[in-house]
Amino acid sequence: MQTPFLPHMLESIKAVEASRAERFETEPRRMDADEKTALLQEFHPDYGDNGFDTIKIGANTGEKAPKELVELLHSKSKISDVNINLDNIEFDVDVLIIGGGAAGASAAIEAHNAGQNVMIVTKLRMGDSNSMMAEGGIQAADKENDSPMQHYLDSFGGGHYKNKPELLRRLVMDGPKSIKWLNELGVMFDKHEDGTMWTFPGGGLSRKRLHACADYTGAEITRVLKDEVQNLGIEIAEFTAALELILDEEGKVAGAVLVNMLTGEYLVARAKTVIMATGGAGRMHYHGFPTTNHYGATADGLVMAYRAGCNLLYQDTIQYHPSGAAFPSQLFGALVTEKVRSIGAQLLNIDGEAFVHPLETRDVAASAIIRECGVREKGIATGQGNGVWLDTPLIEMIHGEGKIESAIPGMLRMFLNYGMDLRKTPILVYPSFHYQNGGVEIENDGNTKHIPNLFIAGEAAGGIHGRNRLLGNSMLDVIVFGRLTGQKAAQMAKSTTTGKLFLNHIKTYEGKINEAGVDTGKLSPILLPKYTRDVNEARVV
Amino acid sequence: MQEIANVYFDGKHYQVPADLTIMTAMEYCGYQLKRGCGCRHGFCGACATVYRIVGENRPHFALSCQTKVEDGMYIATLPFFPLNHKIYDISKIKPTDNIMMEFFPEIYACVGCGACTKSCSRSLNVMQYIAYAKRGDLEACAHESFDCVACGICSARCPANISHNLVGLLARRLTGKYITPEAAHNTERVNAISNGEFDKDMDELMAKSVEEIKEMYDNREIEK
Ligand SMILES: Cc1cc2nc3c(=O)[nH]c(=O)nc-3n(C[C@H](O)[C@H](O)[C@H](O)COP(=O)(O)OP(=O)(O)OC[C@H]3O[C@@H](n4cnc5c(N)ncnc54)[C@H](O)[C@@H]3O)c2cc1C
Ligand code: SF4
Ligand code: SF4
Ligand code: FES
Repeated sequence: MQTPFLPHMLESIKAVEASRAERFETEPRRMDADEKTALLQEFHPDYGDNGFDTIKIGANTGEKAPKELVELLHSKSKISDVNINLDNIEFDVDVLIIGGGAAGASAAIEAHNAGQNVMIVTKLRMGDSNSMMAEGGIQAADKENDSPMQHYLDSFGGGHYKNKPELLRRLVMDGPKSIKWLNELGVMFDKHEDGTMWTFPGGGLSRKRLHACADYTGAEITRVLKDEVQNLGIEIAEFTAALELILDEEGKVAGAVLVNMLTGEYLVARAKTVIMATGGAGRMHYHGFPTTNHYGATADGLVMAYRAGCNLLYQDTIQYHPSGAAFPSQLFGALVTEKVRSIGAQLLNIDGEAFVHPLETRDVAASAIIRECGVREKGIATGQGNGVWLDTPLIEMIHGEGKIESAIPGMLRMFLNYGMDLRKTPILVYPSFHYQNGGVEIENDGNTKHIPNLFIAGEAAGGIHGRNRLLGNSMLDVIVFGRLTGQKAAQMAKSTTTGKLFLNHIKTYEGKINEAGVDTGKLSPILLPKYTRDVNEARVV
Repeated sequence: MQEIANVYFDGKHYQVPADLTIMTAMEYCGYQLKRGCGCRHGFCGACATVYRIVGENRPHFALSCQTKVEDGMYIATLPFFPLNHKIYDISKIKPTDNIMMEFFPEIYACVGCGACTKSCSRSLNVMQYIAYAKRGDLEACAHESFDCVACGICSARCPANISHNLVGLLARRLTGKYITPEAAHNTERVNAISNGEFDKDMDELMAKSVEEIKEMYDNREIEK
């Protein structure tokens, strides 16, 4: 195949090749704490005011959030004008789980095993989720030179010391056992001959703590969990989205209004407890960034919980993955897993210079790239902005031939599709919206502060990771807190009596929108992003 | 000038920029996708697609999020293919020689036509992983099928009605659980944690002020 690189890119690749031997010998310098702070202040999108608005109603009034999120929170409900008959109950279960990613699946398995009648509703197919896409790995402190304390320290520092300590403690203490649980369900972790698991380094990790299943860690975990959910006979409603929570007269959660994505039919699900596992918000494209997230990542869970009275935590911090694909345009935003850097690829500017240590935390690495492409004008034009090089051929110089094929086969294939061979030429990357660090604030059991019987698990929850999540801690969190909420929700369901169903909170919230005069005229949650072009421009011949 | 490709969705002719994927071309033409779109980055298998190039006889199979449009494509999407999902309890079944016979006897009716391999959206050697399964070499089947995204295309093509990706999944679960040796370091750590061996150190760490922890963090040793 012909090279897809443009002439100015090929020119810059020469500089990359010229500096490779020297770079092989030296490790780029790590920044000290002050340098990092200054870099973040100036270049990380979270730190400026651009692209943020102030929330004017609800539990987080007065706080800032990306303006796309504020718009969702200042919008009336999709069912604002719909008369839903709450007596016509389509599904009646003990535990309702919203979202079919790894958090939802883990919760379902535990709640089912606790003897409860469980149902999962999910917007796309079961498993179509961010969980399916995790490539890098999952953390757990189970090697001799490592400890839960070390894991805590890394994560607390990485989270800018804002993690809720009890949640973080649970995350790290339950790490090894989560790996064991997955392994016993049949997840194929990368192991040495004797069963010792391979563990890899990663940005912000002081130990090699990342467990992986080649570069399909999330896919491998998610497909096994999905299979297990099916084998247990747990009911799954696919292409069925939750639109709003239902409360009872005491203000406890009591179910959800659902919509069939294909027919538009509204359905009422009654439940004693609800676990919200709706994942992230990448498809909201905060600050105009491309995203690594799946199609359904539209912050629905945050909107539903907030409207019902929950508060958000750290909704203003977003993780930009330093290496989103910047070229070719078909891959724009797609994730180039951090593992590529953890096994040796360096980040280089147009002159082939390593301008940042490849294993700095994500916020630092992303900010350094934004600076390199911005004020320093050392980026490479891609047609959709700028990018920097990720020098993949260096990997095989370090580890020998065949390393790319064995360690990152998915990446190799993804770029080969477009005529780029990672083993021979570097690739272009730019930060991409990857993860919402915050979410609906949870307490120790994964429960919410304001609504009894409502639990939040996975990326929709806020507090575990503070203001910045470390790589591999999210897959761990979906397992740890997915399982925990499944157990707790099941336990709670046994002792709870659900009263009469109400949707009054929707009108109450609407009243506040009107009072504050912030109505956007739009409706939320949006369920799916709109990427269609205006049809009338499409030329039907 | 931007290059243009002529494509057909539901039999209708559209002209679209030639650097779009099939998925983004559909959106360009006004389709708000509700099915047939999941991860958008080649992981989930939601976007299985069949196309034929005008004038050619052979149908092609692909993931619409990973495939560029080509001039003359007649396109139909395949949001999912119904497979024969078998129920088992992974803690009760074992990686025995006849486990595949028990759950997927149809693999022994494979005629070796290679249609699965030819159609695989991920260019996997599907026929080979089915052959490993037949032979009872579960570990080889597990590795050969590892990159499968469960798009179901191969099953749509198979004259022996095999649910390939489920065969691979069973082989992988058995391999992960039973065939690869247990990770001793993991088991030891799980036991140590449940025996409370880290509780005291953890309490002490958490009792420190943020200033003290900062100091520890900034000076911690990083494993090479
Ligand atoms: C490309 C990529 C790579 C990653 N790599 C790693 C990694 O290596 N290590 C790591 O630890 N983390 C990684 N992450 C992060 C991690 O994968 C996610 O944070 C985690 O999987 C979230 O799991 P979840 O179950 O909470 O959400 P998801 O897996 O996103 O699942 C949410 C589910 O809810 C559904 N849903 C949403 N709204 C509704 C609604 N209104 N009604 C019904 N259903 C709804 C969604 O469609 C989806 O099925 C990665 C993320 C991405 C995108
Ligand atoms: S093996 Fe079959 S199901 Fe798996 S990716 Fe290939 S075609 Fe799709
Ligand atoms: S398509 Fe079916 S019959 Fe043909 S080789 Fe593949 S598994 Fe065998
Ligand atoms: S949408 Fe997931 S593979 Fe194409």
